[in-house]
Amino acid sequence: MRVDIDALTVEVAGARLVREVTLRAGSGQVVGLVGPNGSGKSTLLRCVYRALRPSAGTVRLGGEDLHSLSAREGARRLAALPQEVVAEFDFTVHEVVAMGRLPHQRSVARTTDEDRKACEAALVRVGSGHLSDRGFLTLSGGEKQRVLIARALAQQPSVLVLDEPTNHLDIAQQLEVLALVRGSGLTVLTALHDLNLAALHCDLLYVIDSGRIVASGAPHDVLTPELLAEVFGVRAHRVPHPESGAVQLLFDRLPPTQPAS
Amino acid sequence: MATPLELEPAAPPHTAPAGVGPAPPKRVSLPLLFVTLCAALVLSIVCGAGMGASGLSWGQVLRFLWAGLTGGSLAHDEVSAYTIVWELRFPRAVLAAVVGAGLSAIGVAVQAMVRNALADPFVLGISSGAAVGANAVLLFGAFGALGLWALSTAAFLSALLAMALVYAIARTADGLTPLRLVLTGTAMYYGFSAVTTFMVFAAERGEAARSAMMWLLGSLGGASWASVPIAAGAVLVGLAHLTVSARRLNALAMGDETAAALGVDAGRLRKELFLVCAAVTGAVVAVSGAIGFVGLMVPHAARMLVGADHRRLLAVAPLAGAVLLIWVDILSRVVLAPVELPVGVLTAVIGVPCFVLLMRRRSYTFGGA
Repeated sequence: MRVDIDALTVEVAGARLVREVTLRAGSGQVVGLVGPNGSGKSTLLRCVYRALRPSAGTVRLGGEDLHSLSAREGARRLAALPQEVVAEFDFTVHEVVAMGRLPHQRSVARTTDEDRKACEAALVRVGSGHLSDRGFLTLSGGEKQRVLIARALAQQPSVLVLDEPTNHLDIAQQLEVLALVRGSGLTVLTALHDLNLAALHCDLLYVIDSGRIVASGAPHDVLTPELLAEVFGVRAHRVPHPESGAVQLLFDRLPPTQPAS
Repeated sequence: MATPLELEPAAPPHTAPAGVGPAPPKRVSLPLLFVTLCAALVLSIVCGAGMGASGLSWGQVLRFLWAGLTGGSLAHDEVSAYTIVWELRFPRAVLAAVVGAGLSAIGVAVQAMVRNALADPFVLGISSGAAVGANAVLLFGAFGALGLWALSTAAFLSALLAMALVYAIARTADGLTPLRLVLTGTAMYYGFSAVTTFMVFAAERGEAARSAMMWLLGSLGGASWASVPIAAGAVLVGLAHLTVSARRLNALAMGDETAAALGVDAGRLRKELFLVCAAVTGAVVAVSGAIGFVGLMVPHAARMLVGADHRRLLAVAPLAGAVLLIWVDILSRVVLAPVELPVGVLTAVIGVPCFVLLMRRRSYTFGGA
């Protein structure tokens, strides 16, 4: 299912956090959203998974306006891994995954076999079938993230939105999470901090700065030293990945004589 | 994370390979627990009707209850004993069950609503608002025209007023946020308590101050059949709403963003919950005063038994709370008879050891990894 974001603007208390963003993600594409802290990545994504209502503009899923769908209908098409880490209540892993079935269930209905199968399949798919009875809070960061991906898969969506899914993970876990996301076959929209990971795992990158999209395209075309200097304020050297040939970056500070602006 | 996992026996071989992690928390079978608690509830209500200062045989008590339920006839000399059982103790046991169930269910809901394991039904400031109204009646005879209904009416009205105030103050453009709700509720709690304390201080009559104190600590002494229907109605409606919302509560407990991603409007749900919690708290507190501890601890105890899933939790916590409060009330009547202890003292005396035992029995994280 394709995602079309058009002229999306978010204004909170007079500040324009996102300005007329237009973004396209083709069916099955992995689209990365990169930009410095506070550039509006999370705000944009929050509009897509409906934690926030945009001030203007539209988000369309498969051509249908997201906000014309009910919250439940929306959640059957689009799942998300928000950045928040809430750990107040000790749900078991299978309880967490079962929450993914919520948009498919009536409030008073019992859990069906279909629900159970979807949860089990999702957990197996992320390689965490053995964790089913564990307490979610007792898991490591990587295990938690895999379980949350399982929850999203149990939702049986067509689109997956992720906000910095690799935060606080070690490098092996980061690669594993991105491989899982990539292997899901869903249309993926993800914010990423690590530009090298973004270059390796995304089909398409959008660079956002001060709420505006400043560049978009294939990683190889987007991640130029000029753009990185302008947006991130760093000096970047491009090298090809020895195996895949994907563009990878080495960073230095910009020389002080050359202001970031 | 403080988990006493080292104290637990090694995981059985079929659950997880050794060294992989802690054993999965063993949980009680829900249907078994539910049926047991239902049976315990019925038994406890009968005990509540049977136990007390005047020595009646169990045969008499059961006969009176049967007569009351079916409208049978009694010998003339049994009328006063019948009145004690049917008009005083039985409604009191039923009311204890209603209040215990209400406070426990609301405790569960409030903890999910403000996403805070330390929250209880009183954290929203509603109960201390109710106390202002109740004490105006007890100390100064306000609402005198309402007679018997003055106390609960005043308590409920001031609870609603407190609710409106807390809502108005806590609300922002983003809706009701958990932290603001807790902070506002707590601030209002102190504000209302100050008013109540001043009223007790300013009142001249010593005995009135005592009953005000009794009300603040909670008591079921004023129970009669008249006080049951409204409280029971509010608790049942509230419980029905929460049960229907159980899956949404799970999502809300995971965070507002997650809830949104699961198709749950966290803002709207929190408003619904606020109204339900405030109304039920108001109705319950109006007939029993502010009985502490139950609404905080029963939800945790229930979580230790059946886990955090609100569908299981809302089946178990109200029943457990009902049984607990019936027994606490029985004890409050018989321990120092004929003097009656405030229920709040005994909820703590009984609840704390139970709670400590449960807590030590299994790995339970009170939130916060």
